[in-house]
Amino acid sequence: MILEGLLYAESHEWLKVEGKQAYVGISDHAQHALGSVVFIELPKVGASIKKGDTFGAVESVKAASDLYMPVSGKIIEVNSKLESTPELLNDDPYGSWIIKIELSNPSETSALLSSAQYAPLCEE
Amino acid sequence: MHKYLPHTESDIEEMLKVTGAQTLDDLFSSIPKKLRLTKPYNIPSALSDDNLTKHMKNLASMNQELVIFRGAGSYDHYTPSIVKSLISRQEFLTSYTPYQPEVAQGTLQYIFEYQSMVCELTGMEVSNASMYDGATSTAEAMFMAHAQTGSSKILVSETVNPRIIEVVKTYARYRDIEVLLVPSMNGETDLSFIEKNGTGSMGLIVQNPNYMGVIEDYSKFADVVHAQGGLFIMNAEGQSLGILKTPGEYKADIAVGDLQSLGLPLSFGGAYIGYLATKMQYVRKMPGRICGITTDVEGKRAFVLTLQAREQHIRRAKANSNICSNQSLMALAVTIYLSTMGKQGLVDVANESMKGAHYLYTELLKTNKFEVVYNKPFFKEFTLKAKFDVKAFENALLKKNILGPLHIGDNNLLFAVTERRTVAEMDLLVEMAVNQK
Repeated sequence: MILEGLLYAESHEWLKVEGKQAYVGISDHAQHALGSVVFIELPKVGASIKKGDTFGAVESVKAASDLYMPVSGKIIEVNSKLESTPELLNDDPYGSWIIKIELSNPSETSALLSSAQYAPLCEE
Repeated sequence: MHKYLPHTESDIEEMLKVTGAQTLDDLFSSIPKKLRLTKPYNIPSALSDDNLTKHMKNLASMNQELVIFRGAGSYDHYTPSIVKSLISRQEFLTSYTPYQPEVAQGTLQYIFEYQSMVCELTGMEVSNASMYDGATSTAEAMFMAHAQTGSSKILVSETVNPRIIEVVKTYARYRDIEVLLVPSMNGETDLSFIEKNGTGSMGLIVQNPNYMGVIEDYSKFADVVHAQGGLFIMNAEGQSLGILKTPGEYKADIAVGDLQSLGLPLSFGGAYIGYLATKMQYVRKMPGRICGITTDVEGKRAFVLTLQAREQHIRRAKANSNICSNQSLMALAVTIYLSTMGKQGLVDVANESMKGAHYLYTELLKTNKFEVVYNKPFFKEFTLKAKFDVKAFENALLKKNILGPLHIGDNNLLFAVTERRTVAEMDLLVEMAVNQK
């Protein structure tokens, strides 16, 4: 399932922009490919991370994957609920944001994919 | 059928028939002729059982059996005969680190027991299945701190064994980590240097007792390092943990060290064994294999390899360590040693070693051939400054079948005493010192 109205990165993160801020999570396709998520590593609040750099990692019973910044930004909040209940990423990937960021360069969002553009990437 | 060469002539013939090759050499036809060896290997032909035994005896007779007063990381402790007897069982001796792990419940169980014992010894929460040796486990601890903090600077006390520092530096070079040495003040790590220079580093590596044998007081170190955002890493040799304050008690984040002293012989180049233990919060940054306990589908106790998503076979190039192995047989030896000695046995060995070392220290000073260097508490190793030619002393001792102390520069000699050293042996060493000029 691909939620409309969000922006997507080729590395399967979603971005929900609210003014100069945005929420970042992983797509339904990503959680499905990972399998049961058992652990998440979150970044430190206050860290500035560039587009394409890793901001954390998710670990499932069969794999571990880095999480990549869809755009550059400063971490202003992390969803610490995921530390004790990482399975929320499987149960509700679009309702479970991972980080809230302040956009360093809002124009970078134009390079992200719409839900329609992202759909072909999930077909394999 | 030969025990280690399982293919008989008829096996080979049968396999050749299936592959359609005429000879074994046909199997290598894809390798250009000029790259192939055309003459026989330059190795002697096989010996008969009798001749082989004679040959090995002959080689063994060239060894000089020595009474050892040298340590510096490897120690001449006694190994009860049960250790060698049990680890020589074929199912232990020929097995490797578990790659299809859950089939080998026995192997996993002893690894689990090993990990539990390391945690108890060090006062830490979780241990891995073991590493190559104390030096590489120390370097792996640095990688953990690197991954945890993102910093690219590590502080290492100058009182750490220089050979461990060399290994740490080698590892650091390939991850662009800067190694900053913390100076030693009268044989102890200079805390004020860390206070001034530690901010922004990934942490600090110390050793207890340190290379010179001094038992350092690290009570204040963890708080200083933690306030600077780093991890406190302590290297402690296994046998010392029986009586000394543990890394856990010093609030260390990672405990590392060598366990050769717990049931393994001294041997040139090993095989030795390193341990690495940490707090649960850092478990996902840990290198190596970790064995866990769970229940199977029928509700029975079962041992498994756990948290494998950290490891290279899953995490690939992003894995924090490329260690996918362990020192299984050595871990088994340590486990049997510790089970045999028990808590009290371990304390007794440590106390006997310490008593011997303090006796020798006092007796050597009485000769007036040595000067005190540090005047600090020590365990089974100590440093004295000789007032004579140390090389001549070493040679004179070798003639008496004694491996004397290690010369660590500046005419300083590092002596080690284990529970195996008798008063007579120590008195002979003292007597030899008296005659030095």
